[in-house]
This record gives sequence, C-alpha cells and structure tokens, in this order.
Amino acid sequence: MPETPLLSVRGLTVDFATPRGTARAVAGIDFHLDRGEVLCLLGESGSGKSVTLRALMRLLPQARTRIGGRVTIEGADLYALPERKVEDLRGKTVSMVFQEPMLALDPVYTIGAQIAETIIRHEKVDRAEADRRALELLEKVQIPSARQRLDAYPHEMSGGMRQRAMIALALSCNPAVLLADEPTTALDATVQMQVLLLLRRLQAETGMSVIMVTHDIGVAAETADRVAVMYAGRIVEQGTAAQVLKTPRHPYAAGLFASTVHAGWKGRRLDAIPGAPPDLTALPPGCAFAPRCSRRRTGCSEAQPPITRFADGREVVCIEALAAT
Amino acid sequence: MTTMAEPLARAADVGGPRQPLLEVEGLTKHFPVRRSSFFGPKPVARAVDGVSFSIAKGETLGVVGESGCGKSTTARLLMRLIEPDAGRMVFDGELVGGDLDLRDLRRRMQMVFQDSYASLNPRLTIAESLAFAPTVHGIPHGEAIAEAAALLEQVGLDPGIVLHRHPHQLSGGQRQRVNIARALALHPRLVILDEAVSALDKSVEAQVLNLLVDLKERLDLTYMFISHDLNVVHYIADRAMVMYLGKVVELGPVDRIYADPRHPYTRALFAARLSHDPEKRTTAAVLQGDPPNPIDPPSGCRFRTRCPLAAEICAAREPAVIDLGEGHTVACHLHDPLAGHPEARRDA
Repeated sequence: MPETPLLSVRGLTVDFATPRGTARAVAGIDFHLDRGEVLCLLGESGSGKSVTLRALMRLLPQARTRIGGRVTIEGADLYALPERKVEDLRGKTVSMVFQEPMLALDPVYTIGAQIAETIIRHEKVDRAEADRRALELLEKVQIPSARQRLDAYPHEMSGGMRQRAMIALALSCNPAVLLADEPTTALDATVQMQVLLLLRRLQAETGMSVIMVTHDIGVAAETADRVAVMYAGRIVEQGTAAQVLKTPRHPYAAGLFASTVHAGWKGRRLDAIPGAPPDLTALPPGCAFAPRCSRRRTGCSEAQPPITRFADGREVVCIEALAAT
Repeated sequence: MTTMAEPLARAADVGGPRQPLLEVEGLTKHFPVRRSSFFGPKPVARAVDGVSFSIAKGETLGVVGESGCGKSTTARLLMRLIEPDAGRMVFDGELVGGDLDLRDLRRRMQMVFQDSYASLNPRLTIAESLAFAPTVHGIPHGEAIAEAAALLEQVGLDPGIVLHRHPHQLSGGQRQRVNIARALALHPRLVILDEAVSALDKSVEAQVLNLLVDLKERLDLTYMFISHDLNVVHYIADRAMVMYLGKVVELGPVDRIYADPRHPYTRALFAARLSHDPEKRTTAAVLQGDPPNPIDPPSGCRFRTRCPLAAEICAAREPAVIDLGEGHTVACHLHDPLAGHPEARRDA
C-alpha cells in the first residue's frame, strides 16, 4: 500500500455564474501531490490553472461559484471542514504566493508586522519571538539589510524585494504545501531567475511540496518534478517534467511547445495552433481541443476521451493515446 | 491597394536603399517627478538619456531591456506621442519637425501597443476604428470603410465576422490583428511593435509572429520590435539594441550579439533566460538585486552597481561607445583600451 498523498484532488469541477451563463472553469480534474514534490500546472489564460489553485485554499467566492468533487489535504476533506478550521489551515498547512505582491500584501502595515501577525495567529508565541522569526525569514529569502526592511512598507520595496517578502510571509508557519500562482511573471528577467532559484532552494531545504501555476514552459522546466498541462478546464497530459516537456504526447501539449519560440529558431516558420481557446460558457462536445487539433479524427467531438495511463506513469487524455495502448 | 485615393499612397522612397530609414541622435527625455523635499534640485527620471541609433530600410531592429530601461519611452518619443527634451530624428533623409511635419511622420510610421483592448475605442465598431485615421487624412468615409475589409483580410480576419463587432466581442489575438490592420491603414513604411505579442497566449503569439513576418515581406515594411522576450527578438530581428536605465549599452547584428554578447549586462540578461529542458536547469543567477531607479542613476556607467566586473573607472567616467566592427558597438570600459579598466585586456 503506497503512502497516501499529502494532497489529492478527485473530480474537481468549478462553475462560475456569469452574465452570459454558467462558465465551467474547471471541468473535472484529478491529480495528487506527494510530500516534497513540485508540481507545475501549465496552461494558457482561461485553462483553469489559477482557479484550481484557489480551489485548493477555498478562496473562491461562495456566492458565485459551485464546486464539485473532492479535495483532500493531509487526510481532511477540505470542502467538508467548517470555515474556522479552514482558517487554521490557510497559512499553516497550505499557503499561497500571488503574481502581484503589491495587491496581496497589506499596504498599511510594515512587512515585519504582517509576518509577525501571521505567526502569532497560528502559533502560541509572543510578539518578541514572532519579530525574531520575521527577521529570520527575511534573511532566509535573501533580502539585503533585512533588519531595516522589517520596518518597510510594501510600496517602499522594489518588485523583486516585494515578491521575496511575500514568499517570507507565505513560509512564516512552515506550510506543508506552497501554492504559487505565476510568482515570477511580473518580474524582470534577471530578477525572475533570482526568485526561481530562491524558491527551488527553499523547497529543497524545507522539503515542502509546491504547486506552481505558470503559462511559461521555461518556469516549468526550471522548477517542476511533474507537469500537468491544462486546456479548457481539464488536465490533458501529466507526467514527469522530462516526459511532458521533452516528448509531449497530447496534440495540445505538443502544439504549445512547437509554438513557443525557443533559442536558435531563427528563420524557421512557427508551427502555430490555429484558432483560439473555446468559450467556457459553451464548451464544444467531446474533446475541447478538437476544433483546433490537426490530428482530429472521427469520434473526437462525440465524447470526452478517457484518461490513458501509460506504463511509465504518464497520463494523456486523447483518443489517439487510447488507440496507442 | 490600387483602390486607394492618391493622398494615402505610400510615401515614396527618398534616399535609396543605402540611406537609413530612420536616424536618431541624442534622443533624451527626462520626466519631472514630485520632489520629496522643498529644497534641493528638482528631481527628474532620466527615462531616455542620449540614445542614438539608426534603422535600415527593410530590416527589423529588436530592442530588449528590463522595465525602466527606456525602451517604451523611446518608441513613444519616435512617434512623438511625447515630446523629447533633446535629440534629432531624420526619416529617410528628412528632418522630423523640419522637412517632415508630424502629420506626415505619422503616416510613414505607425505603432502597435501591448494592450490590444486599451488600444481600441470600445464604443466604435472595428470598421469605424480602421476607417478613422484614413478619414482624418482626407479619404472619404465610405471609401475608408470599404478599405477596412481589405485590411482585415490582410491580417487573416474574416471581414464578414469582424467588421461590425466591437472590441470586447473579439479574442485577444483577434484584437491584436485588428490593431496591426489599423497600423497598416495609412500604408506606413516603419511599424513600431511595442511588446505587441507579449500579452498573447503562446499558441496565439506564434500565429501573430508568422503574420508579422508575412506582412513585412509582402508590404516591404521595416520594423522596430520591442520585447522583453529574448528568444522572440532573436527569432524576428536582424539587429538588436540592448538598453539599460535609459542608455544603449550594446547594439549590433543579432547573430553576433546572441553568439558573443560583449557588455556584462547583455551577458547577464542572456544568462537569465529560462531553460526549456528540465534536465539542463540554470544553476546560478548572474545578477543580484533589481535594476536601480532611473530617478537617481549611478554615476559613470549606470550598470556598475550590479556589474561583476566594475572598477573605479566605471564610477568615474561614462563609457564611450566602442566600435567592435561589423556594426557591433558596445558602451563599456572593458572594451576601451584607453579607458584603463584593470580587466580590459583579459575580457576584451
């Protein structure tokens, strides 16, 4: 009997009420996360990757959202817990880093105060101990002259420093799972690399698990153990980073890599995917990628293809893969 | 295009193929910023500080650099969307503001912005948006509307579907194609693309890049292509210009710059490119910290505060532009035998 995963998602669906009808942002996905593992959810805008991440912290607005399926974290059924228990869980077991630290940090409190407050909320320590831990955290995320920076407000810091401060805040109670939503997308290239290397080092040191949401194949290649490629609310392919990124089998995953300009592609015509992602309020029947797929065959638009599991553990949701086994 | 009335015919070539399409000398823009105290000098952000370059006819000049390096401000200065404080601009032999007035300049030079939605008037149909500029330039309205359909076909959109829609009814990729069509409505010779594909999803970005390559060929265009994506610039550009804090630090043919970058900043920028192979990950960051604030840039070489090879001379004197041959130039003391940088011999 294998060890139960730290986090598991079974049949997760997320529906939003919109003025144009119900939008199915997540259309039934399954994945799990082991201890110490880094999983990347890779996809384009509207693929459901960020919505999935928010569902894992119960952050979606209840009035406008209907959630189905099951999310289990450390054995607890997330959507069966009372709100107070969920508050205990947020920050302590699962915490999140957002793309825009300026929006996620509180502008009227200093960085030190925000970190200390989080520690006091979750652990029985006094203010002095919390302040000491806050300083330690800022040093851990390599913020220069950390002691002075404790008293800085978010607007007084550069983009890269704010993102480091946000990571320090997220790590303040040693979470088992860190959820990172495009954490380096808003940063400059040279700063992005620093922050990715920092996240990789912190993950290795603490042994925490990470789910990283990104649209950038490079971010996935630099950080992920496993990669799940999402399209129109479904995971179309998942496997180890090397499997998915080097030899993608799903036509969408393969098309995404072929249309991303790589170093040294000068003079070569780009193999673009025609068309645009579907409207989530009116998903096509069967495989949502079929209308854009160059390998479409009869049957693709009739029924949603089942998950095909290959011997090497890779999972692909495509009729072609089903036929190959 | 033969249906177009005379006033909108493409501007004729003046100086022949060897004359640069655009020459820019000493372009400068300092933005005033609110002072923190009543005393002392009025602070300015040195967004663009003495930038000189030229664009040859038919080439694509790529511009790279991080936020605050002045690449977008440079584009806006070229289009005169903001007034430069200093600098000279010559378009195909004609001095801008002298022989060539701004109205004529904007017919020869058009721009596509990053935000496809903010670039279009939300209350106008696509047909009206496309017809707007030609109408301003004297084309009868009916004729301009008729031409809009041809423009849409040129960028791969179905006029029957798109013409009478509003911007919010289109996808991001479709909207950016409309913006490209609009830029082409005045038959420009130079198109400035300021992060024009950056906001698009990768699958759509590839479609638009292919379109830009086709249009350039078909319409004999010249591009200035501004992007933070180094792979895309290598892909599309003939020459690359690297900017840092309002200055040009390196300029030259892309194949030379990408194979052998000479400025320490260019090297660091290239080293920060993400690997696409999970088995060959990046192991170390070359640079520490963020780019400094252009309000109070470092003395001498502006990169010296983050440069691993900075020496005393770098703080004391601004580096001269050194010609490395074959149109490759770099502004760094390391490559100037007369500057007296201690590492010069070894590194250059």
